[in-house]
Amino acid sequence: MMNSKLIIAGREFNSRLFLGTGKFSSNDLMARAIEASGTEMVTVAMKRVELDDAEDDLLTHITKNPRIQLLPNTSGVRNAEEAVFAAQMAREAFGTNWLKLEIHPDPRYLLPDSVETLKATEELVKLGFVVLPYCQADPTLCKHLEEAGAATVMPLAAPIGTNKGLRMKDFLQIIIEQATVPVVVDAGIGAPSHAAEAMEMGADCCLVNTAIAVAGDPVQMADAFRQAVIAGRMAYEAGLGAVGDTAEASSPLTAFLNS
Amino acid sequence: MQINVNNKPLDTQAATLEMLAAELSLPAKGVAVAIGNKMVQRSLWAETALSEDMHITIIKAACGG
Repeated sequence: MMNSKLIIAGREFNSRLFLGTGKFSSNDLMARAIEASGTEMVTVAMKRVELDDAEDDLLTHITKNPRIQLLPNTSGVRNAEEAVFAAQMAREAFGTNWLKLEIHPDPRYLLPDSVETLKATEELVKLGFVVLPYCQADPTLCKHLEEAGAATVMPLAAPIGTNKGLRMKDFLQIIIEQATVPVVVDAGIGAPSHAAEAMEMGADCCLVNTAIAVAGDPVQMADAFRQAVIAGRMAYEAGLGAVGDTAEASSPLTAFLNS
Repeated sequence: MQINVNNKPLDTQAATLEMLAAELSLPAKGVAVAIGNKMVQRSLWAETALSEDMHITIIKAACGG
């Protein structure tokens, strides 16, 4: 039984799980977690080159599987203007016009700045980028991002790295109901059950980083998330049973003991 | 001349961005260069002259979610 394929900006993905590359204790562990997750979309950040540092090339660890789409992010920018600059640097460095737009100037909660995110999305779409904006779980904002040409919307479940799960559940449900682009639940997913729940709700995809990277065994956890996302999507496509307030017997109620 | 690369002063003999890239042994891919806050495409490095006190940013991939 195969789930339907995820399509973003005309590209087909066999996996509905995106992986972030932060916080792994080694590049080797990260590479093995990427493989175990089955993902075909992996995020990467940017940093300034240290001129006297000869560390190995991170990209070779990420793109072993040729089906993997690299998704550079704009982490570290504070506004739309800086995001456009970062996007152009990313396109030049990584040879892709796909971009995870993230503008979160406040370091304590890393919450995305909605005004700057919308502004940057409008500009970047005009510049030919495939824009996947990390955003608040705000249904109205998500519609605006969609109208601006965003390829997906990526509302947060909870603040980045908190592992708190679907704190924004009711709003995510509205976003899923209204969206005409894929909805990627990003940030805050802390356990495979959270990812499965998001997928059962009809989310198109989950982006996970911290929960896998800081797990006791990141490779095993990546596999657990892989299975959870598949199961959640399969359940959504199968159609969940209705929720009721009173009991509905699942066994016949004939009083055979007395007959 | 002295220029500024990633917020550090650097003495260089390079006259162009392409020569600077060779001097710094920048890899053939996976990096991007900006002068001030303007990205300079690799195809333009050879014709981009350096000047005293120029501020250059060079970035590459880093781990991140």
